Amino acid sequence: MKNLISMRDIGKEDILKLITLANKIEQKEIKVDMSGKLAALLFFEPSTRTHFSFETAVKKLGGNTFSMSGTSSTSVKKGETLADTLMTISMYADIIVIRHVLEGAARFTAETVAVPVINAGDGTNQHPTQAMLDLYSIQKTQGTLENLTIGMVGDLRLGRTVHSLAQALSDFNPKFYFASPRHLQMPAYIKDDLKEKNIEFTELEDIKEVIHELDIMYVTRIQKERFAVLEDYEKVKDSYIITKKLLEGVKKNFKVLHPLPRVNEITTEVDNTRYAYYFQQARNGVFMRQAIISELLNLKNI
Amino acid sequence: MKKQLKVDPIKNGTVIDHITAGKALQVAEILNIGKNEKEIMIGINLSSKKTGKKDILKIENRKLSEDEAGSIALISPAATLIIIEDYKVVRKTGIELPEEIKEHIICPNANCITNNEKTETRFYLAGKNPTEIRCAYCEKKYSIDEVKFKF
Ligand SMILES: [Zn+2]
Repeated sequence: MKNLISMRDIGKEDILKLITLANKIEQKEIKVDMSGKLAALLFFEPSTRTHFSFETAVKKLGGNTFSMSGTSSTSVKKGETLADTLMTISMYADIIVIRHVLEGAARFTAETVAVPVINAGDGTNQHPTQAMLDLYSIQKTQGTLENLTIGMVGDLRLGRTVHSLAQALSDFNPKFYFASPRHLQMPAYIKDDLKEKNIEFTELEDIKEVIHELDIMYVTRIQKERFAVLEDYEKVKDSYIITKKLLEGVKKNFKVLHPLPRVNEITTEVDNTRYAYYFQQARNGVFMRQAIISELLNLKNI
Repeated sequence: MKKQLKVDPIKNGTVIDHITAGKALQVAEILNIGKNEKEIMIGINLSSKKTGKKDILKIENRKLSEDEAGSIALISPAATLIIIEDYKVVRKTGIELPEEIKEHIICPNANCITNNEKTETRFYLAGKNPTEIRCAYCEKKYSIDEVKFKF
């Protein structure tokens, strides 16, 4: 692996390899060394959480970072092309992490520079490190990625994370339930991909009907702004709030995941149940990002 | 052969036969035909034994590049190319759908990097019947009728 741009580029083997590596790093079975190396964290589109997570990952590996956040940064203002900005930065950095509002920006970066590139989100397209940390979290809580029943809840139309995750899981024979308001359903192109791979999925408006079957429930936020009429939002919003009561009688291995930040879609009373896993999920993100950086830079175990 | 050709034969050039009925003007557009002085003939909705109806395009003194032929296959997969020299058919071939199309398709996604930075576009074949393609950058999938070609 030279870059991590899209989940489309990596297969089951790569996924399992990265999960194994993340696990070894977490268990301190190995210690990889990034000392003397520099990661450029280029957040043309700001994202505090993802930025912190990468920064933590690099520092835990013993490496250094330099950062950029927002489009107000000098070169962008001066009207330099993105290609020139990237070329210049790649002269200093050993690896580039990029987040950008434009779709395809990370692939463009990888084709422009010689150093490895990690996509930390390109518009509505891909966010592969999030998908990988989600997979790692599922593996850790279930002991496997194979043959699981997975519910996805919330805004499935515009939620990039659920798209990548659904695609990534499709190599592991899952059964999906997609619960969303009608106008925020999983997009056709994702469903086409699943059909092509003969993956079983059911669309519904309320996850309650099937919650007892689930191994994993992946919750995303429904934003008020996605509704043209406020009344419509008021009508559906309560069906997509996860409460402690809703979780009564779920399977023992059941876990709730959420990419964070949450607003009110999971009530805080759920946090103290054995089913809440979203904060550990964020922690897993650091181990997974350490693994990805190690793999791309071919770092040695010391 | 001669019986099939309802429009006048050409001396030297290319005949694109079995174009999906109604697509000849789009093929002409891809080939930028309006912009040069070459003599062309377009037949639309001609009857065909194979497909019922077809379009046909004859272009005097022109050979198609591989990219041009590939683009024609995208919008009309059953089209055949006939090379004419001195009124004779010297070669008749089908056109294969290209797996990868560089440079000649504009991505319809305004938020795609290819519409914002100076870079060549690249698309992959993503489906047949109907033809669908996927942008290598924004990864969005489009039916071939949604995209614009540029030569
Ligand atoms: Zn595109």
